[in-house]
Amino acid sequence: MIKGKFIDNLPKVYGIYTGGFLVFIILMAIAEQAGMSAKLIGIFFVAFTVLIYALIGWLSRTLQVDAYYVAGRQVPTVFNGMATAADWMSGASFVAMAGGIYFKGYGYMALLVGWTGGYVLVASLLAPYLRKFGCYTVPDFIGTRYGGNLARFSAVIVLTVASFTYVTAQINATGTIASVALDIPFGIAVYVGLASILMCSMLGGMRAVTWTQVAQYIVLIIAYLLPVFWISSKLGAGFFPHFMLADEVARIAELEGQFGFVKNSAADLATVPKGLAGITKAHSSVNATPWAFISLAVCMMAGTASLPHVMMRYFTTPSVRTARRSVGWSLFFIFLLYSSAPMLATLSKLSLIDPTLPTGIIGKTIAEVQAIDWYQNWNQANLMFISDFNGNGTLELNEFFMGGKAVVLATPEIAGLPYVISGLVAAGGMAAAMSTADGLVLAISNALSHDIYYKIINPKAETAKRLIVARVLLVLIGFAGATIAALEIQGILGSVIWAFDFAMSGLFFPLVLGVWWKRANAPGAVAGMLLGLISGTAYLIWVRSGGSGFLGITQLTFGIVGAAVSLVSMIVVSLITAAPDAATQKMVDDVRVPSGKTVLAQK
Amino acid sequence: MSKQEQHWEKTRNLLFITLAIWFVFSIGIFLFGAEMQESNIRPFGYPLTYWFTCQGSLAIFVILIFWFAGRQEKIDDEFGFSEREGDK
Repeated sequence: MIKGKFIDNLPKVYGIYTGGFLVFIILMAIAEQAGMSAKLIGIFFVAFTVLIYALIGWLSRTLQVDAYYVAGRQVPTVFNGMATAADWMSGASFVAMAGGIYFKGYGYMALLVGWTGGYVLVASLLAPYLRKFGCYTVPDFIGTRYGGNLARFSAVIVLTVASFTYVTAQINATGTIASVALDIPFGIAVYVGLASILMCSMLGGMRAVTWTQVAQYIVLIIAYLLPVFWISSKLGAGFFPHFMLADEVARIAELEGQFGFVKNSAADLATVPKGLAGITKAHSSVNATPWAFISLAVCMMAGTASLPHVMMRYFTTPSVRTARRSVGWSLFFIFLLYSSAPMLATLSKLSLIDPTLPTGIIGKTIAEVQAIDWYQNWNQANLMFISDFNGNGTLELNEFFMGGKAVVLATPEIAGLPYVISGLVAAGGMAAAMSTADGLVLAISNALSHDIYYKIINPKAETAKRLIVARVLLVLIGFAGATIAALEIQGILGSVIWAFDFAMSGLFFPLVLGVWWKRANAPGAVAGMLLGLISGTAYLIWVRSGGSGFLGITQLTFGIVGAAVSLVSMIVVSLITAAPDAATQKMVDDVRVPSGKTVLAQK
Repeated sequence: MSKQEQHWEKTRNLLFITLAIWFVFSIGIFLFGAEMQESNIRPFGYPLTYWFTCQGSLAIFVILIFWFAGRQEKIDDEFGFSEREGDK
């Protein structure tokens, strides 16, 4: 069988792929030296990688339910780890995270801790047990464990709210990158991005998404690490930045003390283009209260353990044991990028503000800075801005503004790296946004096709019909997401954080207690999901519309309110209603033992 | 106590240890972020709290998950609950 052979040959296949990609980068570098224009290099990078993903998507087409929903449950540990890392790291992680660290420092680092710490919860509380359960989707677990269509339906609602909030941001990101790299208007680029996303998932479902995500991980990690290491060496900061930037961090603190954080007047700030920010917070000092830091980290951790597009990746491993180990590999591959983001932020900031470096602009005259090529480029792209507020003719720290995306996108150019690196970074950003969007669109459409259509509406549907419904829903959801993304109503990072809070509000405790508390029953779970989601959403709306909030819980951490309500209502309602029947209790016992057939296969 | 109850008790104990370590490095130490930052312990020369947020906690989570997986496999083996070929 070709497929069996393919699984055995994975290291070879992806080894050749990685080598081919490196050769492509070198060819582009040579083409640049030979005079190929920057624009053309960008187009080549994005078009070439997207075509490869589409090819993988087409090769992985399938007509089998098992392959479509869970990639045939044969994805090896390490490769599932890579696929999960790509699934997980979105356009926000790739493009926006280093910028967030650059501007907000410590307060923002809570996201790093939260987005990694959550995997400990995934590995210990949920993933192996859900794998043993043998379900196709997360609502499938809720629906079978608690019993009844109402529980299943509630889970689909929470899943859709959380994932849809997330996916619009990702389609937005693919549109942004496609519009810059291919030089087309954003309104059209969004649909180009959507078409690329659907090509990867429509024909082969989870199987196609798995193999494209591995390919996308390889592109995005090369695109992120190569510039970080290169810039670090070029600045003379050390060949291995992660262990060698202590002096640079200390130097930034010294410069911050020297320049001071001068507060700009409101009138001056009004002249700064929207979306750009100045450096107003210390780079490495502790600038947030423990509660502000911890509450944000807790929300991201619980959200991680409740987001269905991540959880369903662990349904694809061959066994419970591999599911557990696969979580470790996922986090390892995520760690490679996350531990590099603060290093990139440090290098980017130092190269801009240190007057003793050739790239430093603080302390230069305004006219000098305005004459720099890269300043003009990024000023035109609306990501950089300087203004002589105090009229002394030289640039001060408080007179320099930048967009968060510029840290990843512009630093290679500022440090004087060849343009080929900028093209590579664009391809990496595209890979990150596409892989996450694919996982999310698939999570939503699988829940609707499997849990709503097959389990509730038409349990007698034939395989062919189920898969057609799944694909039609996939396209519809993609278009709905793209349409909302084209409206540009919300920022990328804000809506990503909201998605975590929504997922945590409605799903965290119903999932965890489903495994760890036998007494939990259907009415309790329904109350937990719906009241959690409603109270979290209500709190968000209240704070957004000017409410003062309580306990320092902001619109970014409303999941704490939702999850608390969810936990209390789930326990109270479970206890005042009848205990689950013996068959359900037996099912929970079976979930807790790794050996034997999956719980669903026994039924 | 049946074999399955014993297995579950060991599994639960492992969970508690894992979550306790997780708690320390994701929540506990950040209660003292400002104090730790002033500490003389400076891994690779970075200020301590800064290092934990950049690398320390993240790396500990990676190691913790692999350690947890190994321990859980031992528990499963001990009770003969490990998967065999043909379990699907």
